Amino acid sequence: MDCKLDKIFYGNFLAVRDSHVPIEKNKITGFIGPSGCGKSTVLRSLNRMNDLVKGFRFEGHVHFLGQDVYGKGVDPVVVRRYIGMVFQQPNPFSMSIFDNVAFGLRLNRYKGDIGDRVKHALQGAALWDEVKDKLKVSGLSLSGGQQQRLCIARAIATEPEVLLLDEPCSALDPIATRRVEELMVELKKDYTIALVTHNMQQAIRVADTTAFFSVDISQGTRTGYLVEMGPTTQIFDNPREQMTSDYITGKFS
Amino acid sequence: MTNLTSPIAALPSLQRKFEGRALRSLVLTTLVWAGALIASVPLISVLYMLITRGGARLSLEVFTELPPTGFETGGGFGNALAGTFVMVGIAAAIAVPVGIMAAVFLAELGPDSKLANASRFAAKMLTGLPSILAGVFAYALVVMTTGTYSAPAGGVALAVLMLPIVVLTAEESMKMVPKIMKDAAYGMGCTRSQVIWKIVLPTGMPAILTGVMLAVARAAGETAPLLFTALFSNYWIFHDGSLAVMNPTASLAVLIYNFSGMPFDNQLELAWAASLVLVMIVLVVNIVSRIFGKPKY
Repeated sequence: MDCKLDKIFYGNFLAVRDSHVPIEKNKITGFIGPSGCGKSTVLRSLNRMNDLVKGFRFEGHVHFLGQDVYGKGVDPVVVRRYIGMVFQQPNPFSMSIFDNVAFGLRLNRYKGDIGDRVKHALQGAALWDEVKDKLKVSGLSLSGGQQQRLCIARAIATEPEVLLLDEPCSALDPIATRRVEELMVELKKDYTIALVTHNMQQAIRVADTTAFFSVDISQGTRTGYLVEMGPTTQIFDNPREQMTSDYITGKFS
Repeated sequence: MTNLTSPIAALPSLQRKFEGRALRSLVLTTLVWAGALIASVPLISVLYMLITRGGARLSLEVFTELPPTGFETGGGFGNALAGTFVMVGIAAAIAVPVGIMAAVFLAELGPDSKLANASRFAAKMLTGLPSILAGVFAYALVVMTTGTYSAPAGGVALAVLMLPIVVLTAEESMKMVPKIMKDAAYGMGCTRSQVIWKIVLPTGMPAILTGVMLAVARAAGETAPLLFTALFSNYWIFHDGSLAVMNPTASLAVLIYNFSGMPFDNQLELAWAASLVLVMIVLVVNIVSRIFGKPKY
C-alpha cells in the first residue's frame, strides 16, 4: 500500500500537504506527531473514511491492490471492506459479543461457518478465553480494554488486507494497552498495520517503520505534513531532521 | 490572649442552630414537600373515584354486551372497546411507519435540510394542536369524501395526533445512537442504508417503541377527534358476518362522553367503568413500553 498525497482539504482549510507514506506489507507503520498534525486525517484517508466528512477533498493517490483508492469509479464502501479500522474510542455495537464479530461476515454474506470464524477472530484478538462462555452477552458490558480487543476481533473477522488503528490505546489503562500492543505485534504476521499513536514509547515498542508528521503554521493556518519517515530505530536514534529530534526528545509536543 | 490560653472557649460551635441558613433550608424543604403532595392530590383522587365507582360496575358483561338504551338495565361497552382497539390500530398502522421513516430522514439523511427543518417545525406545532382540530381535518379529508362517519375516519384523526409524537421521539432516539458506533459500521464497509437498518434503527428501537407506546396511549384516550369522525354506534363493528368498517364506530372515550351526561344511573355507572378500563389500557400500554423500552444489550 502506498500513499502519495499532495493536499487534503476540509472545505477551504488545507489540512495536510505533501506527504508520501509507503505502508509495507506485514509491517507496523507508526504515525507520530504533535496534536493537529494530520496523522489521523492521513490514516482515515487510506480507507476513505474522510469521505463522510463534509467538504473533504483529497488530492493525490493511494495505491492499493494495484488500484488507486481515489481512482474513478472506486466505491469507498468496497474499499472499507478490504481496509479495516479500529477507532480511538472502543465502539462495539449494542449487540451480543458474537453478533459484533459476526457483523462484517454477515455484511459480506459469508457462506462458511460463521461460528468458526468468530472463534478464530476472537482468538486472534486474544479475547476468546475471556468471553467464550458469554458470547451472547452484550459487547457493551465488557471492560474498555476488552471492548477494544472486541473491536479488533470485529475488524479482523473479515480478514481485511490492511488494519488501520487510530490511537487504539488512548482510552485504555496501561495493562489493557500492553495487551493490545502485544496483539498488534502478533497480528502483523497476517496483516499490514498502520497505527496512529500519541505515545512515542508505543511507536518504539511496536512500529517497524515510523512516520513523523508536524504542523506548519507559517501560512497562518495549521497544515500538517510529513517531516520524515524511516525505520523506527533510525527515527528515534538517528533522526535526519532537527524537528524530529526536537519532538522525540520532548522539546515540543 | 484568651484565644491562645483557652482554645475550647474560642472554638466555633458545630451544633445545628435553627436560624439563618438552616431555617431557610427547612422552610424550603417543607414547601417542596407540600408542593409534591398537592400535585398528587388530583391524580390520587381521580384514581380513587375511578376504582371505587368504576370498579363497582366492572364485570365480564361490560366487556361482552352492547350499550343499553334509555331505561334498559345491564349492558356494557364491548363494542366501544373493540372500536377503540380498531381505530387506535388504524392510527398506529398509519402513524408508526410514516413517523419512523420521517424520523430517519430528520435524524440521518438530511438533518439540516430545509425540508427537515420545516417538518420538524410542523411536528412540534402539531404536538400542541388542539385535538379537536385533528378531528376537523379528518372530517374534511375522510368523512366528506366518503360521505360517512367511519372507523378509518377516526383512525386518521388519531393518526394526526400520534404522528408528531412518533416523529419527534423517534428522531431523538436515533440521534442518541453514538456517532462512533455509526463510524464503526461505515468502517466495516456499510452503505448508508445498511448503517441505518443494521445499526441506527436496532440500537434506537427500544426508545422508538417507548415513543410509539406513548402515542398509542394518548390516542386511546382522545375523545374530541372522534366526535365527528367516528361518531358513535350502538352496534358491534363486526356484525352480520362482516366488518362494518364504513359505519359510525363506537369508542370508549366517546361512550364516556355520551353516558356521563345522561340522567340514567345505569349509563352513569357504565361511564365510570369504561373510564376505569380506559385508564387501565393506558397503564398497560405504559408498562409494556417500559418492558420493551429496556435496551436488550
